Amino acid sequence: MSETIDTPPKTTVSVQINGHAIEAEPGELVIEAAARAGVHIPRFCYHPRLSPVGMCRMCLVDIDAGGRGPALQPSCMVPVSEAMVVDTESDRVRKAQDGVLEFLLINHPLDCPVCDKGGECPLQDNTIAFGPAESRFVEEKRHYEKPIPISDLVLLDRERCILCDRCTRFAKEVAGDPLIHFQGRGSRTEVNTFPDAPFSSYFSGNTVQICPVGALTSSSYRFKARPWDLTEVESTCTGCSVGCSVTLQSSRNRVLRSLGVDNDAVNWGWLCDRGRFGVESVNSEERLSEPLIQGRGARWADALRHATELIADAVRASGPAAVGVIGGARLTNESAYAWAKLAKHVIGTDNVDAQLGDGLPASFVLGLPRATIAEAGAAKGTIVLLGTDPKETLGVLYLRLRHAVVEGGATLIEIGHGASGLSKLAQHRFWASPGGSLVDAARQAVSVLPSGQPITVVLGRGTVTEDPAVLAEAAMILAAAGARFLPALSRGNVMGALDMGLAPGLLPGRVALESGRPYFAQAWGAVPAATGYDSAAMLQAAADGKLSVLVLLGANPLDDFPDRDLVQRALAKASVIAVDTFANPSSAGAAVVLPAAAHGEVDGTTTNIEGRILALHQVVTPPGTARADWIIASELALRLGTDLGFESAEQIWDEIEAVASSHAGLDRAALALNSEGSVAAGVGGGGRPAVLALPEVPPAVQLPLDEASLRLVVRRKMYDGGTGTAHSQSLAALPASNALRLHPLDFQGLSVGEGELVTVVANQGSIELPAFADADVVRGTASVLGNVSGATVNHLLVASSPITDVRLEVRR
Amino acid sequence: MSRLSPQNEAVAHEIISRYPWKKSALIPLLHLAQEQDGYVSDEAMVHLGELVDVSPAEVLGTCSFYEMFKREPVGRYLVNICTNISCQLLGGEELLHHAEHALGIKAGNTTGDGLFTIEDVECIAACTEAPCLTVNYRYFYKVEDGDFDAIVEDLRNGRQPTRKAAESGPEGQIPPHGTLALQRQHIPADRVAGNADPDRASAPVWLEQA
Ligand code: SF4
Ligand code: SF4
Ligand code: FES
Ligand code: FES
Repeated sequence: MSETIDTPPKTTVSVQINGHAIEAEPGELVIEAAARAGVHIPRFCYHPRLSPVGMCRMCLVDIDAGGRGPALQPSCMVPVSEAMVVDTESDRVRKAQDGVLEFLLINHPLDCPVCDKGGECPLQDNTIAFGPAESRFVEEKRHYEKPIPISDLVLLDRERCILCDRCTRFAKEVAGDPLIHFQGRGSRTEVNTFPDAPFSSYFSGNTVQICPVGALTSSSYRFKARPWDLTEVESTCTGCSVGCSVTLQSSRNRVLRSLGVDNDAVNWGWLCDRGRFGVESVNSEERLSEPLIQGRGARWADALRHATELIADAVRASGPAAVGVIGGARLTNESAYAWAKLAKHVIGTDNVDAQLGDGLPASFVLGLPRATIAEAGAAKGTIVLLGTDPKETLGVLYLRLRHAVVEGGATLIEIGHGASGLSKLAQHRFWASPGGSLVDAARQAVSVLPSGQPITVVLGRGTVTEDPAVLAEAAMILAAAGARFLPALSRGNVMGALDMGLAPGLLPGRVALESGRPYFAQAWGAVPAATGYDSAAMLQAAADGKLSVLVLLGANPLDDFPDRDLVQRALAKASVIAVDTFANPSSAGAAVVLPAAAHGEVDGTTTNIEGRILALHQVVTPPGTARADWIIASELALRLGTDLGFESAEQIWDEIEAVASSHAGLDRAALALNSEGSVAAGVGGGGRPAVLALPEVPPAVQLPLDEASLRLVVRRKMYDGGTGTAHSQSLAALPASNALRLHPLDFQGLSVGEGELVTVVANQGSIELPAFADADVVRGTASVLGNVSGATVNHLLVASSPITDVRLEVRR
Repeated sequence: MSRLSPQNEAVAHEIISRYPWKKSALIPLLHLAQEQDGYVSDEAMVHLGELVDVSPAEVLGTCSFYEMFKREPVGRYLVNICTNISCQLLGGEELLHHAEHALGIKAGNTTGDGLFTIEDVECIAACTEAPCLTVNYRYFYKVEDGDFDAIVEDLRNGRQPTRKAAESGPEGQIPPHGTLALQRQHIPADRVAGNADPDRASAPVWLEQA
């Protein structure tokens, strides 16, 4: 008999750290393996989401990899090897740490008392824990002008910089914006931009967060607070629907900072600048702080009574369908649920739509097989961008996709109406010609799909002039090829709002009105008799006098809905009840305005593009008497004769978990267990109605383009006229002004100079814009920006027409 | 001052084609830009970035690492005078002072006519010939005040120095600052060494091709 016992091949690496035997992962760096074993090795340049460079030498430890005995090596650069012996506390290590810190401090100004980083500074902390008590350096330190702005948002103090290469690595590796770089050599090395070429990255704020000293500071937080004076909560950014994990910090009831938290499933610690600095809007002086009746300050009781009367009168006169609710993407899941219940059960109207005619049909989106961000970011996978530009709309998703392509070797296929922020990385680009359609492009794309790899489609309405039916058909072609989807509907909690039923024909839990009726008749009582209107149809009905009360739930259709004329006619006819954090043009003539609490002022949850439920927490109190949206819904319901019985966001969540098919099992305890957030993926059953299935999509009609016209493409930009940007001090000045971009050949045909004014004429109206040649624009299309203030493009658009063709006129 | 001229852009493309990665051509391209304008202008750096697909900040990062790339205009003749130990012992500092007086400028500056820049430099590796200096990196050994005056006099009058620079080629020419060599290197495509993707090579490419 053989003596050998079969043991499975060893998959870990045995190392010894400070005398403890541990099993490390193959390829794992010593600094990481030690951290998992509970041994913290001090560091400055090492960052788990950046490639290691060994710049700072703070992490030197004694490593004996066999052979030559122990020697000082940077633990952030050395991978573990079998039988390696590591000592992080030897005398030699202590001497090295002491020496490294003395060197780093030679040129460091030690202006901690006036430095934003003071109190949360790794250099301070490491010096106290590992450094020398005194410096032997008596000479003059290096001096630089301080601080210098390297962008609109970030200031650089070169004297404080310890040249760790974190900011510059982030800019190049993660953001793909290598606009800052080391310059010079030796002790005169500095981080800087190219002259007159600022670090205008959408992700610049991350460098402030990861700088291990106070060299990079944000212009908005500068000198505002000390870390020990801050109150903080873990929360989620609602700047868009990616749902990045954050810590919200406040002082004296003002939100001062949003810091990225490393959620492995979502944002990897990063934030985009719109999200990071957009939270400043919460503090704006312009917040609505008291109810208004006909524009004049009023008491809540009166405003609520007035709003209730408007609704009750409309229902009495013409039935519940005379009331419509537009908006809801700003709301928490709990508030969205409360509003869905108020509208669909208490009032009894199905005229509810969280989207403003610029998204995709809710029942279609919710029926698609859903991907996760991790699946999209998987190495060697395939990513298809269908009609959308994540860089401009879903910032951190762009970072994850970029990483998948650049580092993970994923294949990127782009289907759209011109270049996106990821075009340069795309292996295949299928740009629809103006007369042609994305459907053809999708067919071509399918023919190049690598087989055997997961396919993730990021699906969005990149231009409001794209027919959603075309996108749906194109999506179905990819679905048939086995793709899963990330819907790029980008407004805050739009996915949560749709999940909670804020869309026509839907009930909470991704359930169709028809199939959910028997169940909700039990759970709620009455639900609407028939499928209602979407935003476009509501506005049309209002303009026709058939819908008399329009509730704007954090919506500004005048600027956002793709048909300004229709919105104007609708607002002129209907009585408007606006529930919002800010006044906006659409609520200017409102009968009643109810001030709502904003992000950071309420507890609850939000839902991201994956369907992931993420926690929101309150860190400041709302201004004046502003209230959470769910409280407003409850108050209105009560006055309309139904007590929703809601007393807290938690209690609403319990009800959501109890009734929503998609959210079954995600009770508070389950949510609390997973700090990454849990994806709601229930399918129904066990008494609950089935969730929406993959829809049937009829073929879309292809609309030919006449030769004298150009097809309008309306693009979105990261910085827009939206609330978060317009009311944030940091961001308000950043939105670009609108311009008309044409393919160079089309531009030549115009015979105007770059930047000269051209009149863009559509059937409905015309606007004047400066024209530029741009090779990223498809020939035969006219590209403009949709969501910047100024020359508002929705003057040109007609809701009933899926496409818009324009002529260009030059005044001579 | 300016981007690369069309002629130099053609040269740039030839240089780039010698490298497996465009970015690797950056240093020779910086020399090309410096040859064109006498220094590396911001506009040239932007242009080089476009040519090799890196950002202007990255071009500047490389350029600023090397002191021999000048990012401000310097004189047509850059005179580097060594004051390190050997030269110092044999009169390097005195030579520098003489040069400063003779040209009426302090080290680090350029004469008003744009002809001469003086730099006080560390050892230029000709210690046995101390004190020494270079003009546009062409060496002059055992330089006395009078030698310096004569070199300056000749150059100022548009003549090559009577006293030839050491090892400066058959003509002993001192071309304007920025010119590396009087002959431009051209490498026929079939004689390019190792222009293969290093990522795909199993052994160093020059071995594989041998
Ligand atoms: S600025 Fe900060 S992050 Fe950038 S290299 Fe200097 S110390 Fe590091
Ligand atoms: S990507 Fe979206 S969720 Fe993330 S920080 Fe930006 S705005 Fe916020
Ligand atoms: S953390 Fe290892 S060298 Fe900086
Ligand atoms: S000391 Fe002058 S050349 Fe070496």
